[in-house]
Amino acid sequence: MAELYYDLHIHSCLSPCGDDDMTPANIVGMSVIKGLDVIAVTDHNSCKNCPAVLAAAREYGILAIPGMEINTSEEVHAVCLFEELKAAMEFDAYVYEKLIPFPNKEEIFGRQLIYNDNDEICGTVPNLLINAADISFEGLWELVRGYGGVMFPAHVDKTANSLIANLGFIPPDSRFVTAEVKDLSKLHGLKKSNPYLEGCRIISNSDAHYLEHIHEPKLTLEVKEKSVRGVLEALGGMEGGV
Amino acid sequence: MTVEDLIKKEIFKVVVEGDDLSREVTGIFCCDLLSIAMGRAPSDSAWVTVMGNVNTIAVATLADVACVILAEGAQPDDMCRTRAGQQGVTVLATEEPIFEAALKVHGLLHG
Repeated sequence: MAELYYDLHIHSCLSPCGDDDMTPANIVGMSVIKGLDVIAVTDHNSCKNCPAVLAAAREYGILAIPGMEINTSEEVHAVCLFEELKAAMEFDAYVYEKLIPFPNKEEIFGRQLIYNDNDEICGTVPNLLINAADISFEGLWELVRGYGGVMFPAHVDKTANSLIANLGFIPPDSRFVTAEVKDLSKLHGLKKSNPYLEGCRIISNSDAHYLEHIHEPKLTLEVKEKSVRGVLEALGGMEGGV
Repeated sequence: MTVEDLIKKEIFKVVVEGDDLSREVTGIFCCDLLSIAMGRAPSDSAWVTVMGNVNTIAVATLADVACVILAEGAQPDDMCRTRAGQQGVTVLATEEPIFEAALKVHGLLHG
């Protein structure tokens, strides 16, 4: 068993609201300086900076998991993490097709920058990524499992774009086993009003859009082995199939 | 009625004062899903919503609404306040439900 310092919800400069300094190499470098063991870069509806993040992570010797923060048709935000980069990119292509084809206006929403392995800009995403994808929260767990990944609802304590705020309750037939809470001091009250959370592993990530907001090494995740698979297993993703 | 007139009625709390209080409010729009509001909020409308995040301000700018009114006691997060200040978007707030908040603006416009 190992205890890993983690931050599994970080935005890069690919998210229009992410700071331009959030390049894959900067994020990985900052995470190493802070002393984190495992990170995931999870941009809105996109995995297109994951190849660069994973390449930088290999250089720096930190564990990085390919991921995305999907925005469902109900505008519920959920973090999806994948064991394999290839599957993450296939999921990325699937989600992009499900987005409203609304062109990004950089001056209003911000730039959507794709970086290559040399930390250079190699492209931009034309359609706005923060829109809702035509994918329901219902069935999302199974969908992500189909790509060999795991899903957990993001910041369930927030009043905007959260499972509980947007749907009003946690659907009782949900299958996710991990939930992300932004403010852990709210956890007791949340569990009281949403007993489903009693059976969940609760984690808290930074949701950083700026380098300085990446988490300090305070919270740990217990895993059987320090690997992507080990982390996904700890989040409940790999057992029992779809 | 201008945004300034609306503020002076003191029906709503002022969260952020935008940079053009003289602009006219010509209608009301109610919606919480940003992806819908983005394409359908009429310009110069008072947009009543419970979504108080940074993307609310981006959508308000894109749709060119006259102001945002956060209903149901919804609290704007820090990024939302900061961005509203930067973009010059007026953000008002109320404990009232969306319908009642919209109705009050409607009364001022057409009453």
